[in-house]
Amino acid sequence: MTDALHILSLGKGGWGGALLLAAGVTFALSILGFLLGAFFGAVAASGGLSPRAVPSWLAKAYGTVFRGVPDLLTIYLLYYGGSIALTEIGKLFGSAGFVGLPTFATGVLAIGIISGAYQAEVYRGAYLAVDPGQFEACKALGVARFHSLRLVIIPQLMRHALPGLGNVWQLVLKDSALISVIGLVELMRQSQIGAGSMREPFVFYLAAAALYFLIAAVTGSVFRYGETRAWRGMVHA
Amino acid sequence: MIDLHFFVEIIPTLLSGLPLTLQLAGLSIAIGFALALLLALAQQGNHRMLVWPIRAFVAVFRGTPLLVQIFLIYYGLGQFRPTLQAVGLWWLFREPYWCAIIALSLNTAAYGSEILRGAIQGVPRGLVEAASAFGMTRIQTLRLVVLPLALRQAIPSYSNEIILMVKGTSLASIVTLMEVTGIAQGLISQTYRAVEVFVAAGAIYLTINFTIISALNALETWLTPYRVRA
Repeated sequence: MTDALHILSLGKGGWGGALLLAAGVTFALSILGFLLGAFFGAVAASGGLSPRAVPSWLAKAYGTVFRGVPDLLTIYLLYYGGSIALTEIGKLFGSAGFVGLPTFATGVLAIGIISGAYQAEVYRGAYLAVDPGQFEACKALGVARFHSLRLVIIPQLMRHALPGLGNVWQLVLKDSALISVIGLVELMRQSQIGAGSMREPFVFYLAAAALYFLIAAVTGSVFRYGETRAWRGMVHA
Repeated sequence: MIDLHFFVEIIPTLLSGLPLTLQLAGLSIAIGFALALLLALAQQGNHRMLVWPIRAFVAVFRGTPLLVQIFLIYYGLGQFRPTLQAVGLWWLFREPYWCAIIALSLNTAAYGSEILRGAIQGVPRGLVEAASAFGMTRIQTLRLVVLPLALRQAIPSYSNEIILMVKGTSLASIVTLMEVTGIAQGLISQTYRAVEVFVAAGAIYLTINFTIISALNALETWLTPYRVRA
């Protein structure tokens, strides 16, 4: 037990600092991926809500593929696919070796694409939950479409979207561990490195689990606070 | 651009990983469901000594990545080899196959128990009271009234969980099991054709998931003949 404390200490020879730093990378990776996913999700949701066939079909295909295929496979596609393309471009400029994609950017993109597919469903459902009278009132008052979305619809839509977004965020945080397979030193990869070099896998993976749990718990309460705030002044069941 | 010959070549290779994918998914979904049902029922009694540890188990397995859970069980517990050998469990924790199944089962049990707990609590109280007014024992009420209704109610949420588990089996490739995703990764690094391999392997997973969703939808319709689905 004292061994474990020594290994995980923040001082000299301890891995605590490295693990905390890696937890920071995990957090940054998740946040940026989640925000990128919000963009993809919003675009896909508006496609899914469109009465036209092509956007609605594209949105549906995007959702079906990236929610149905293992996330690991998507990560391999982006990393290897991107690196192979980059290597080909490198050859044109006379570089001979394999050019790897930057792992952090690839991770953000992968999480963005995957979580966007989930977020699209959340936004679509939340949009449909907004009272149709609100749209009609905007039209009756002559509010421009962009303004009615920004000032009236989206604030109300977020009330319905927040619980679902909270679930997607938890999914994103846990998915970020998979980015370790392409070599990005986030919390999972740093624990693997520590476990290998100290020959103490149990201590390191337990510490990683605890840190993931902590991040999930703290950020979860931020979402709950946001929910209370979004509903302030409203009576709801 | 897209080479049909290449698809014809890689599909049998990828399909050779399908039995393992299906085994991992099938076994862990079945074990996980049995465990989830036990955990959900154990929480109905409101015994603090029972409810508190279950809540903790559920929170831990839902709050940490599946990959960490697999590593903790496979590499982490491997550190306690002498103890595991002494209690005769080493054969289980030595094999990546069983470690993956243990991790996947425990993970889905945690999520599943929450789904089933909600469904059991959703059974109208009046029905339970009516059953006891008819003189049914608690076991009879559970078997004939509460569980049939709760399980039917749980089908849509539980089918989402099953899909997540099918996708989750891909993590077994990280602990050396060559299921469909593991084979796909090997093919990508050999052939450098990421898009084609993704399309072929993705199609296999989409087919599995589509089959499961259709089967569960059919089951739900069959169990709810009076309800016309929108």
